[in-house]
Amino acid sequence: MQTVVFPNKILPYFLVAPQIILTVVFFFWPASQALYQSTMREDPFGLQSAFVGLANFSAIFADQNYLHSLQVTVVFSLATALLSMGVALLLATAADLVVRGKGFYRTMMIIPYAVAPAVAGMLWLFMFNPAMGTLAYLLRRNGIAWDPLLNGDQAMTLVVVAAAWKQISYNFLFFVAGLQAIPKSLLEAAAIDGARGMRRFWTIVFPLLAPTTFFLLVVNTVYAFFDTFGIIHAVTGGGPAKATETLVYKVYNDGFVNLNLGSSAAQSVVLMVIVIALTAFQFRFVERRVHYG
Amino acid sequence: MATIELKDVRKVYAGGVEAIKGVSLDIEDGEMIVLVGPSGCGKSTLLRMVAGLESISSGEVTIAGKRVNDLEPAERDIAMVFQNYALYPHMTVRQNLAYGLKNRNTSKDEIDRRITEAARALEIEPFLERKPRQLSGGQRQRVAMGRAIVRKPAAFLFDEPLSNLDAKLRVQMRVEIRRLQRSLATTSIYVTHDQMEAMTLADRLVVLNAGRIEQVGTPIELYEKPATTFVATFIGSPSMNLMKLGNGSGWNIPAGAGLPPQAVTIGIRPEDLVIASGDMAGQLAAEVQVVAVELVGAESYVHATTADGSPIVFRVAGRSGIQIGEKMTLTADPSRFHLFDKDGKRTAA
Repeated sequence: MQTVVFPNKILPYFLVAPQIILTVVFFFWPASQALYQSTMREDPFGLQSAFVGLANFSAIFADQNYLHSLQVTVVFSLATALLSMGVALLLATAADLVVRGKGFYRTMMIIPYAVAPAVAGMLWLFMFNPAMGTLAYLLRRNGIAWDPLLNGDQAMTLVVVAAAWKQISYNFLFFVAGLQAIPKSLLEAAAIDGARGMRRFWTIVFPLLAPTTFFLLVVNTVYAFFDTFGIIHAVTGGGPAKATETLVYKVYNDGFVNLNLGSSAAQSVVLMVIVIALTAFQFRFVERRVHYG
Repeated sequence: MATIELKDVRKVYAGGVEAIKGVSLDIEDGEMIVLVGPSGCGKSTLLRMVAGLESISSGEVTIAGKRVNDLEPAERDIAMVFQNYALYPHMTVRQNLAYGLKNRNTSKDEIDRRITEAARALEIEPFLERKPRQLSGGQRQRVAMGRAIVRKPAAFLFDEPLSNLDAKLRVQMRVEIRRLQRSLATTSIYVTHDQMEAMTLADRLVVLNAGRIEQVGTPIELYEKPATTFVATFIGSPSMNLMKLGNGSGWNIPAGAGLPPQAVTIGIRPEDLVIASGDMAGQLAAEVQVVAVELVGAESYVHATTADGSPIVFRVAGRSGIQIGEKMTLTADPSRFHLFDKDGKRTAA
């Protein structure tokens, strides 16, 4: 490493200031506020607050609603990650078979990634709204009692599909890159060794994609945990009967709708711990992920 | 074990480029055929067409009397050794060897038996439980060979298998491949661009140039009677010297030399040129000036230029004491000449 010595004592600080200011204003300050608020309890009129130690934390972990929300989040995240990765892998392997218009096919596949979460949510909401959705109408005509406004499982399915759809593009890109990184001669060797179609895929291609798959699993879990607020807010609002209320949505609901700032802050501190754990996990295993060769 | 026949095989790519322009070849049972040629001559393409990894545009390939044009690679009963080995990185050596057999529903006992046998022959027994990335280049090469052997195929196809090894290991593996191929007596096609490898491995050599066969024959036939100037310069190192006949060639060719009239090019191998002593007037000779001397050990290659500036190489024993800039007269025995006509075809002396 080369050490650069600035002759000017102030200039370096001036140059990194924008980044530091952004981080302090939008991360450290809110995070410290969350930590502070999580130990406080506010009176019903918001006039004063009192220090209560870890009472907010013990309260949320004793709360059935919170544990239910945790369960919803796990189900939602796993379902979203698996669905979007599964479809993306299918499309990526199909992309390998496209001979003409490969570039066009790939470009079209990537477009959904550019759609904002709330807009994606609205799209799916319109399509599957029981009152006016075209696809909801088709479902009902085919004998499926479609009503995500009343049926929790259907609501969950809808947000999972909407959230997964948005993430397919991202996963598709990585799977295409992963497939391209597999040496052609390996597939040829497998062809000579008598492995065809599905067998070749599951014994050679899929194991060689393992590093990509593992990386995407972490990224998709983080996405489903934290970046799907917009979709849930637009599609179900956490309902019906909290069936789609994930941890992030509950933070918003308890804090900004129900104005229970102490509990909401404690929940966000828990989320912060989860983010830190996932990031550490990613650095530990994903950044140094297994490389074949 | 099988014969392989190629009948007027052609490869035309979608863009209209013809990579293989009608190749016919009969390979006998147990024979080691080496396809050799410069890069881009189509030798790898031809091998891949036999393997089934490239489609055959026209013509016919038969293995053991069976037309294989429309068969999948797996149905052709061949095994291939790739240049980069193409070992499955996520499997142990044992799993790599077993993979092809498992896909063919071979019984577990039989798989174990064959792996033990192949591992012993290739001396890879200590590495059976390791992954390919834990092996050196030479060991990977052996595993790749092992994967071909355990299958007991009708034919082995080698696609430049030694080009990723260092020089010493390459010579060692070359000998081993030859020994193994002899003892198994499996028909083999071996592709290489290294003429030394080609000469030492082949029962018969096939020299390819721009998608066509230039010559087929035993290594010594090709060395002693090259059919074209291309083969003449491709086989042998340093290459054969080619000189245009006629005035200004720098060679004094006496009228009584008896060269046929159609001969326009004369080829002389570096070892057939000798330094003349005494007066060469009226005899075949050339005045040359030395520009470089390469000492390669037991012998030296002397690079020189003739009077008209064309380069010439000749071979002398060990440390010759020849100095750069030295002038000398070269001569050669006319019976060692290779004569070629205006199309570069060999012509009788």
